[in-house]
Amino acid sequence: MSDFTLWDIARGLLLSARWTIALSLVAFIGGGVVGLLVLLLRTGRGHALPVAARTYIELFQGTPLLMQLFIAFFGLSLLGVDTTPWGAAGLALTLWASAFLAEIWRGCVDAVPRGQWEASSSLAMGYLQQMRHVVLPQAMRIAIAPTVGFSVQVIKGTALASIIGFMEISKAGTIITNATFKPFTVYAMVAALYFILCWPLSRLAKHLERKLNAAHRH
Amino acid sequence: MPLIVIDNVHKHFGANHVLKGVSLSIEAGEVIAVIGKSGSGKSTLLRCVNGLETISEGSITVDEVPVSTHETHLRELRLKVGMIFQQFNLFPHLSAGRNVMLSQQVVKKTATDEAERIARDMLGRVGLAEKFDAMPDQLSGGQQQRVAIARALAMQPRALLCDEITSALDPELVNEVLAVVRALADAGMTLMMVTHEMRFAREVCDRVIFMHQGKVHETGAPDEFFSRPKTPELQQFLGMVAA
Repeated sequence: MSDFTLWDIARGLLLSARWTIALSLVAFIGGGVVGLLVLLLRTGRGHALPVAARTYIELFQGTPLLMQLFIAFFGLSLLGVDTTPWGAAGLALTLWASAFLAEIWRGCVDAVPRGQWEASSSLAMGYLQQMRHVVLPQAMRIAIAPTVGFSVQVIKGTALASIIGFMEISKAGTIITNATFKPFTVYAMVAALYFILCWPLSRLAKHLERKLNAAHRH
Repeated sequence: MPLIVIDNVHKHFGANHVLKGVSLSIEAGEVIAVIGKSGSGKSTLLRCVNGLETISEGSITVDEVPVSTHETHLRELRLKVGMIFQQFNLFPHLSAGRNVMLSQQVVKKTATDEAERIARDMLGRVGLAEKFDAMPDQLSGGQQQRVAIARALAMQPRALLCDEITSALDPELVNEVLAVVRALADAGMTLMMVTHEMRFAREVCDRVIFMHQGKVHETGAPDEFFSRPKTPELQQFLGMVAA
C-alpha cells in the first residue's frame, strides 16, 4: 500500500474544492434568480400567488436540506427522471437557496417605507415598475450584507451533497480518509478549506453591513 | 359635469366607520380646503379619491373615470389626479430631476430628452431650476416638497390632492410651499387640500369643507365660513385653531 504525503492529500482536496465552488455558484446564482421570482410573487398583488410563494418558502425552510437532496436524487429517479448527483444537488440547493433568499429579500422590501409605494402608485406606476425603479433599488442597499452572509450558508450546505455521491470537498475527504486512515488530518484540512472559502465572505458581509449602515445614518 | 364627484362614500377600517356617507362635487379649476380634527376622516377621504384607500360603499369619479379596484382603471385614474404627501416621499436614490422624470418615462413612455425638458420646466415652475442634480437629502424640507409638487405636475394631472403638505415642515419653510400652491391655484389647477393653514384656506380657496365624525358637517365660501360658522362644532373647531 502506497504512502500518502500531506501534499497528496491536500492536492486531492484542492482539486475537489473546484466542485464545491462550482456547486455553490450554481446554487447561489440559480437561487438568486428563482428567489427573485418568488419574491415578486410573495410581495405582489392578489391573494393566491403570495400564499403560494409563502408556502414554497415555508416548505423549504421547514425541512432539512438533506431531505431535499434525497427527494431530488431518489424521488426524481423514481419518477423516471434520469438524475445525476450533479443535477440533483444543483436542483435541490438552488430551490433551497431561492426560498431563503426570497425571505431575506422580502424583509428588505418591507423595510422600504410605505410612502414610497404610495408616491409611486399615485404617479400611476404598476407593481413591476414600482419594484424595479423605486423599491428594489432601495431594498438592495439593505439586502447586500445579509445576501453575502447567506452565501456562506450555501457553501457549507454543499457539504451535504456528498451524501448523494457528489464529489466535492467533503466527499473527497471521506474517500481519502478511507485510503489513508488519517481521519483527523484529512478532516482538519477539509475544515480548513471550508474556512478559507467562508471566512472572507463573512468578513465582507460584516464590512458591508457597517459601511452601508454608516452611509444610511449619514 | 363636475371634475370630481364623490357620491355617498362610506369607508370602514375594520369596526371603525371612518367615512359615513360623504358626497361632494368639485368643478374643474375649483380650489377646495378640507379641514377638521384628526380622526374626522379628511385624509381618508382624500386618499379614496385616487384609490390609495378602497371605498366600502358609494362611488367616486374623476373626469368620468370611476375609482375602482381594477389595476388598469386605477392607473388611468391616477394619470388624472396627482397627490402630494405630508412626508414628501421623494425617491431618495434619485436626483431631484430624475424624481420628476421617472414616471414620465416609465408610465407615459416619454423619451428621455423630452422628459428632461419637462422636468427642468416643472422644477423651474416651483423655483428649483438649479436643483436638477441635487439628491433629496441635500434639499431642505420645503425644497423637497416643491420637488414633489413638480413631480406630480410633470404628469399633467387634471387635479392635485394635497394631504397636509406643510405639516411636516419647519415654520419658516411653510410659505415657500404655499406660494407654489397659490400660483397653481391662480393658474387654474383643480386642488383638493387637507390643511391646517386656515389663513391660506381663507385667502386662496373657493370653498371650505369642514369634516366632523366622518361626514361633511359644514361647507361654504371662505369669508362666510370663517366669519359666521353656523354649526357649534365648526365654531368650537375654529375657536380651538385660533387659540
